[in-house]
Amino acid sequence: MEIRVQSEPFDAGDALTRFSQGHKDVGAIVSFSGLVRVDGGLRYMEIEHYPGMTAKAITALAEQAVARWDLRDLLVIHRYGRLEPGAQIMMVATAAAHRAAAFEAADFLMDYLKSRAPFWKKEVGADGAAWVAAKDEDEAALDRW
Amino acid sequence: MTIDILYFAWLRERIGIPRERVDTDAATVADLVDELTAREDRYAVAFGDLGAIRVAVDQELTEFDAALDGAREVAFFPPMTGG
Repeated sequence: MEIRVQSEPFDAGDALTRFSQGHKDVGAIVSFSGLVRVDGGLRYMEIEHYPGMTAKAITALAEQAVARWDLRDLLVIHRYGRLEPGAQIMMVATAAAHRAAAFEAADFLMDYLKSRAPFWKKEVGADGAAWVAAKDEDEAALDRW
Repeated sequence: MTIDILYFAWLRERIGIPRERVDTDAATVADLVDELTAREDRYAVAFGDLGAIRVAVDQELTEFDAALDGAREVAFFPPMTGG
């Protein structure tokens, strides 16, 4: 299990290649990456986080995923700081013997990272900056689990 | 007791500081919020709608009725927008 919280850019392809190597008991790997999407004149995104808590909170979510699904490995990378349009914000990868566990655990982690990991996105556009509001449907998505 | 209080995102911007250390006898998070809002308008404005604010005590998410007994760090922030 690897959890990385960093300001530096990362290459999701390289990370996935490394994550995929060296497993003999893995039949399925699922990965998700989130990117900075340009909507309505976005110039860049600023992500603030809670340094003391972030890695701990993500680790706790990852431990829940490991307890619930039969995973062989798990990777979470999440950036903070200034992110340009098109940049990778984060990625999740899960490795399991069979695909159902890998898909479900990745989906679970994404839902929880969205509203239980201490990150706050701010969008900076031509007309100024605005904090991204949490959506009711993101909170409702947790009820699926 | 002495507690470090941290503010994030728009709460930090409205209060104007990222963190502060306070001496308090507050028994719960809600009592601490009452003490802060009684201090200055900017706190009252920032804490105007508690439904829009989340709280962590010693880096664990909790509720406003949580006890502060032995707490060292309390953080206030808007709902999280990770992922």
